[in-house]
Amino acid sequence: MNSALLILVPLAGAVLAAFWPDNRTRPWLLPAVGLLHVGLCFRLLLVPPPVAPGAWLAFDPLARAVLPAVSLLFLLCAAYAVPYLKLRAERPNRVFVAALLAVLGLLSAGHQARHLGVLWIATEAVTLACVPLLHFNGTARAFEATWKYLLVGGTGIALSLLGSFCLGYASLHGGGEGDLTFAALAAQGAGLSRPWLLAAWVLLLAGYGTKMGLAPMHTWKPDAYGEAPGIVGAILAGGVTTVAFTAILRVRAVVAAAGLGATADRTLLCIGLFSMAVAALFLLGTRDFKRMLAYSSVEHMGILSLGAALGGAGAWAALFHVWGNSLTKGSLFLSAGNVRRAAGGHTLDEVRGMARLTPWSAAMLVTGMFVVTALPPFGPFFSELGVVRAAFATGRWGAAAIFLGCLVFAFFGLTRVVFGVVDGRPRPASRDLARRFPEGWGVILPPLVLLALSLWLGLATPAVLRDAWTAAIAQLYPTP
Amino acid sequence: MNHSLLNLIIGLAMGLNLLALGSSRLPSLIRIVATQGVALGVMPLLMEAHFNWQVGLVAVGTVAGKGFVIPHLLRRAMRTAHIDREVEPFLGFVPSLLLGAGGTIAAVALARALPLLPEHQGSLLVSGAAASVLTGFVLLIGRSKAISQVCGYLILENGIYLFGLLLIRATPLLVEAGILLDLTVGVFVIGIIVDRIQRAFDSLDTRKLTVLRE
Repeated sequence: MNSALLILVPLAGAVLAAFWPDNRTRPWLLPAVGLLHVGLCFRLLLVPPPVAPGAWLAFDPLARAVLPAVSLLFLLCAAYAVPYLKLRAERPNRVFVAALLAVLGLLSAGHQARHLGVLWIATEAVTLACVPLLHFNGTARAFEATWKYLLVGGTGIALSLLGSFCLGYASLHGGGEGDLTFAALAAQGAGLSRPWLLAAWVLLLAGYGTKMGLAPMHTWKPDAYGEAPGIVGAILAGGVTTVAFTAILRVRAVVAAAGLGATADRTLLCIGLFSMAVAALFLLGTRDFKRMLAYSSVEHMGILSLGAALGGAGAWAALFHVWGNSLTKGSLFLSAGNVRRAAGGHTLDEVRGMARLTPWSAAMLVTGMFVVTALPPFGPFFSELGVVRAAFATGRWGAAAIFLGCLVFAFFGLTRVVFGVVDGRPRPASRDLARRFPEGWGVILPPLVLLALSLWLGLATPAVLRDAWTAAIAQLYPTP
Repeated sequence: MNHSLLNLIIGLAMGLNLLALGSSRLPSLIRIVATQGVALGVMPLLMEAHFNWQVGLVAVGTVAGKGFVIPHLLRRAMRTAHIDREVEPFLGFVPSLLLGAGGTIAAVALARALPLLPEHQGSLLVSGAAASVLTGFVLLIGRSKAISQVCGYLILENGIYLFGLLLIRATPLLVEAGILLDLTVGVFVIGIIVDRIQRAFDSLDTRKLTVLRE
């Protein structure tokens, strides 16, 4: 029952927001719903509910391992949204607030989906619900980014539907009764028709990989993250990508049950390393600090995909990395949003010296940059260490070498842009804007808390989370 | 199942794919896509030996959505935005047609290579689906105007729908209905966006959407 509430409460909140009359008080619905969601989610994390084997939606071990991170990220973004929308009081926020709450509900559904069709419907609905969020700023550039997002994302989602059909046909051809829950598909095991299963894997990886932003299907990401408000970037990078990653993990478990796990892992390894390499190269070239965050997100999706390819230990590290990535990326996007607002631009040509105008946000941007490039003792350091160790343990020396090389190049690229933004003397235009958009505690605290959570995750990973990840691995990688 | 009639309709749909690749005017492109939608919409009725209300619902929904509602929205977007009728391809019509024809042949070969259930043997469903998906991709990539890209997306969707017909008996209605609804809403949103792009750019030429690049 509680697991259904995780979906229903935000959706009810979205309906309420759509009818809420007052533009000024409406944003408060976001933290209210977020708080309720976090409460429910952590209660379920501590006391895992029983999962009916044939259930279409349930708080199963995988949802338990990942969804609380998304919930936490949403709460802090919601806390940030209240002062943010106050600064943007000139724009009506009815659609924005309603869509943001709908995204939370649909993300909860997507993480809990144990049925191929339900998973697809939830992902499709999330894709559509994000559209009004992306063009909140209403500029021509935002429209352009939205159009590209919709076209590339729409094609990706179409491919994942085609892949779902192929998987359904693989089951039907193997004598299945048309039960498309992941448990039933995995139980069919080697009975699934192989050619159809392979077609399904390729299409589903391409489709959900597009949502996740794996290269070469990542092209929508820099535009969308560059033009959307910071909160939206944070939710996309920390929540929407996560649901696509869990989708890939669930499908991979079915493919592995049919005896094609090695093939699936090889494709995940290649696409993961390719994403990291592409991201590292573009990070060396970009001059825009919001697009930089998008490429950094592509890189971290590559790390997740690589981790998932390296067996149980690697996937455990990948689930750990989901937490580290969600919390740290959230902090980076929110502090970058503060800097962007005060600077009035987002390229190195327009912005410099932000350490003087927005000292807190600039400091958080620099710290967050070090955290995503694996500075100990924050969370991402330990999870990336786990991925490297899994690569060594499985004898993938080449993969580990490429992984570390990409991290170094990404570090060069990120430091170049971030220090370019932070250092130097501020431009006169930025000085005026910074006076109009002062950095208040309301917009400083949420990213600060996210950074602190990332530190806590690294220093003292709670036992309950370790258990949750282990349980999810037991569900997805039955033979280690 | 009535294979020969079914295959006739799928063959018609594949012919419409080639027509879509070769058409140089937006209104005719929209008309082709609408015709294809109607043709595909009636197929579930032909597949079932006796009438089943679930399948009937899918058929009515598809014909209404793909055949009338979406084409109407596209025409309205064209009218309100004063878009001229030329298609303006990135990829010329002859190369597009050659790609489409080659893709159709490849689709037939692919369908032969994949194992099918006995009741689907001899049906063109898989070839038709693959050919439509390829055609959709060519239109998505090879046309510059937003409306023609939406038409390409619709043909891609039609291909996926054709494939879904293989499963119509096995999967519950819930999934079918959800899929239909989502696809329609998806295009609806795309239509709204098209409208907004118009206001922002005074043209529906996606070639002008090039501010964001590395």
